[in-house]
Amino acid sequence: METKETTIQYTAKDFKSDQYVRWCPGCGDYAVLNSLQKVMADLGVAPHDTAVISGIGCSSRLPYYTSSYGFHTIHGRGAAVATGVKVANPKLSVWQITGDGDCLAIGGNHFIHSVRRNVDINVLLFNNQIYGLTKGQYSPTTKKGYVTKSSPFGTVERPFRPAELTFGARGTFFARLLDVDLKNSQTAILAAARHKGTSVVECLVNCVIFNDGAHGWLAEKETRSDRLILLEHGKPMIFGKEANKGLVLDGFNLKVVTIGQNGITEADILVHDAACQDTTLQMKLALMEGPEFPIAVGVIRDVEEETYDAAVETQIAEVQAKSKVKTFDDLIATCEKWEM
Amino acid sequence: MDKTKTTELDNVVVRFSGDSGDGMQLTGTLFSNLSAILGNEISTFPDFPSEIRAPLGTIGGVSGFQVHLGSSKIYTPGDDADVLVAMNPAALKVNASSVKKGGIIIFDTDSFEKSDLDKAGFKTDNPFMELGISDATQLIPAALSSLTQNSLDGFGLDNKTVLRSKNMFSLGLICWLFNRPIDQAIHFLENKFGKKPDLLHANVKVLTDGYNYGNNLHLTISTFIVEKSHETPKGTYTSISGNKATAWGLIAASQKSGLQLFLGSYPITPATDIMHELALRKDMGVKVVQAEDEIAGITSAIGASFAGSLAATNTSGPGLALKSEAIGLAVMAELPLVIIDVMRGGPSTGLPTKTEQTDLLQALYGRNGESPAVVMAASTPADCFHFAFMASKIALEHMTPVILLTDAFIGNGTSLWKLPTLAELPGIYPNYTKKGMEDVKVTSRDEETKVRYWSIPGTEGFGHRNGGLEKDYYTGAISTDPENHQKMVDTRAEKIKNISQFLPDLVIEGSDEADLLVIGWGGTHGHLMSAVQSMNKKGNKIALAHFNYINPLPKNTIEVIQRYKKVVVCELNSGQFATYLRSNVPAVEFLQHNKVQGQPFTVAELEECFENLLK
Repeated sequence: METKETTIQYTAKDFKSDQYVRWCPGCGDYAVLNSLQKVMADLGVAPHDTAVISGIGCSSRLPYYTSSYGFHTIHGRGAAVATGVKVANPKLSVWQITGDGDCLAIGGNHFIHSVRRNVDINVLLFNNQIYGLTKGQYSPTTKKGYVTKSSPFGTVERPFRPAELTFGARGTFFARLLDVDLKNSQTAILAAARHKGTSVVECLVNCVIFNDGAHGWLAEKETRSDRLILLEHGKPMIFGKEANKGLVLDGFNLKVVTIGQNGITEADILVHDAACQDTTLQMKLALMEGPEFPIAVGVIRDVEEETYDAAVETQIAEVQAKSKVKTFDDLIATCEKWEM
Repeated sequence: MDKTKTTELDNVVVRFSGDSGDGMQLTGTLFSNLSAILGNEISTFPDFPSEIRAPLGTIGGVSGFQVHLGSSKIYTPGDDADVLVAMNPAALKVNASSVKKGGIIIFDTDSFEKSDLDKAGFKTDNPFMELGISDATQLIPAALSSLTQNSLDGFGLDNKTVLRSKNMFSLGLICWLFNRPIDQAIHFLENKFGKKPDLLHANVKVLTDGYNYGNNLHLTISTFIVEKSHETPKGTYTSISGNKATAWGLIAASQKSGLQLFLGSYPITPATDIMHELALRKDMGVKVVQAEDEIAGITSAIGASFAGSLAATNTSGPGLALKSEAIGLAVMAELPLVIIDVMRGGPSTGLPTKTEQTDLLQALYGRNGESPAVVMAASTPADCFHFAFMASKIALEHMTPVILLTDAFIGNGTSLWKLPTLAELPGIYPNYTKKGMEDVKVTSRDEETKVRYWSIPGTEGFGHRNGGLEKDYYTGAISTDPENHQKMVDTRAEKIKNISQFLPDLVIEGSDEADLLVIGWGGTHGHLMSAVQSMNKKGNKIALAHFNYINPLPKNTIEVIQRYKKVVVCELNSGQFATYLRSNVPAVEFLQHNKVQGQPFTVAELEECFENLLK
């Protein structure tokens, strides 16, 4: 079902609450909050038709800072609560705010199942690769070997890669953004909002206190354009300060090439197809890691499939069209009954 | 006809027993509905193993269905059986001790061969003697398998299908034994197999042959007549299971309140039939999410409640444990939510298909923090409807989670249900915010009832932020202020306590002067009522106080209980309600009668208990 987009012009201010934002100074969450409020304004859905649902963790405080119908629930269950909200009232624009611990550890089951069902919710997954609110334990996305309070000798665990989980759960939308990259962040979040189905946006955010610089390799402004590639549907996969690097296929694998070298021209560069049903290439793009490859941001996958909430409505309408039972008294009339 | 005599009985108990695949549940259901249509009071109880298909002919695979019919008010499916239908030796072994002296056992001689006796663990070739079945018991041997095969000779059905119809032969025999016209049974079969004419004809043929077989047996056995009940209030009735009645109670509340019904659920025995029933009702706009786990079942329901639906989740004990944290969220967020716990034997996986009342303290106290919720319990299959309706009404009008306790016994059992109309049900009036109240906060409440105002997402001007963190009483902003937390804890408790003002008073069955007050709650009502009535008929003075509202208790509870010198709390646990009453009514000494065997009370054991207490 369509969310109600109005013609009223909103500004980001319309989506700011009166609550004082209490993240640590320098936290990457501020940037994503600002991008989100800007997108909400651009989207044109009224604050009262917007529901923001979260679990527990630093990022899950976000609903307090947005003017909407907000619900700060319990650890890991945001996806299930958001599913209930959306199914109950598909006209609402529903956002789920979650972190790498909330979403991928305690809430892993709800996450994959909401993705599998393709409930029309927008999931902002704040990935800082650490537990912040509990003061610095390793999370399911913490890099192997990283020293935290709960891994004083380095973690021995293999981390999740959120894109892999999303694709494995048959996700229809996956985007990635970097907190400090405001313009591209807004583009990705807006695309997520417009996508019908579960839109997963992995937000690479910096935790200044417990995992400062986890994405630092990407974040440095002067080298960012060499280490990050913005994927845009229908456009060639070109990146670099000089915009002369690109991605090509070498057998089954991706390869970084330089345009103008070894006879490579722009025509040889792969063109991004976010709408391709097959996830093979999208997966390779999503899993690229430095320093050999740039990290992909932007909308990596965006395919159309029926949403769960719409399917529920459709089925109800179909059954209602055929059934004679409209009211409780009709239901009672279906009983095998007798007089006594 | 060579029937020597017919005996008129006030009430009779029939137990059908066989392999889980023998169709005993269907046979029993058909027979009980047939009897109800003929004007009898009925109460039924299926007793099946948790294995779907245990090895054929073994003790573990025995599935039973008990029917109690009466010409006067019936409260239970009965203790011991007047008639046992045993489809194999295992069924005989499991049920032999619960056949009344002088009762009748109908058994399938084709299934009593040496190998069948071995499978059931008999050591000799005379299972009746081995089990010590009294000579007074009347045996009706019938070669059900081969008679069914003969009956369907020439129908062109495969042998497996043919043998599956032998339950109809036994139904035919039972109809003969109870002088039931089989036309009505045929009518039921037409409804069931209408779309499969081959199966319909086969089943009708076997049923008729079974009936005629009885007629031609020339047995010197008495057949029975159970007259119409004249104690049942006039009206239109059906027979309904507790789980179905629960689902329909939610539907009625949804219609009455004008709110969409949402169920978040995860399959669990013995509660799943509630989900099945609601999933059928898309025509009434019911939304059912079969969630990925128990936690998602309740949290999706909390999401739906937040979004403005009448939201419910159903489960059994292990699932209730998983839902604890989320119930706390509903307490903290002050959102309406109905949680149905169809109790089974525990702890852990326990006895999934058996009945118990062992989740009471979990429902009352099984959460972190000071977390008061409404707890109530239904007492019969039919009144699950009323209490599911009332649970919804209380949740919606008082902005609180309500835990409704039923159990495997009343959930799966059936009883007569007088059909209601929507108009006769009480109205449901949630405490909504209205235009002009735009300055209300998420914690703003009616200062008298302490019920907070409900603003539904999508309504302009009422945006708010709710959640599991403590909130400031006045502003609704998150707060860790010590005084404020105390005030909020007290407010949430007072809100629940205040609900007793809206509950009916506790009604005592029997005299104020009784020598013994029997206290029960929930699904034991039928057995307690039968035992108390039977004892009083014998000249004793016993009263019964049966509770459906547990937190809060009815407001006259203390006053009523204190009238009696001797008080015994009977429950299917080790004393949970007694413990609860001791903390609420400290001046009274509560005696206990407890049983934790996965089975309901029997009327006989209760009478024995009361007799001892009166000595």
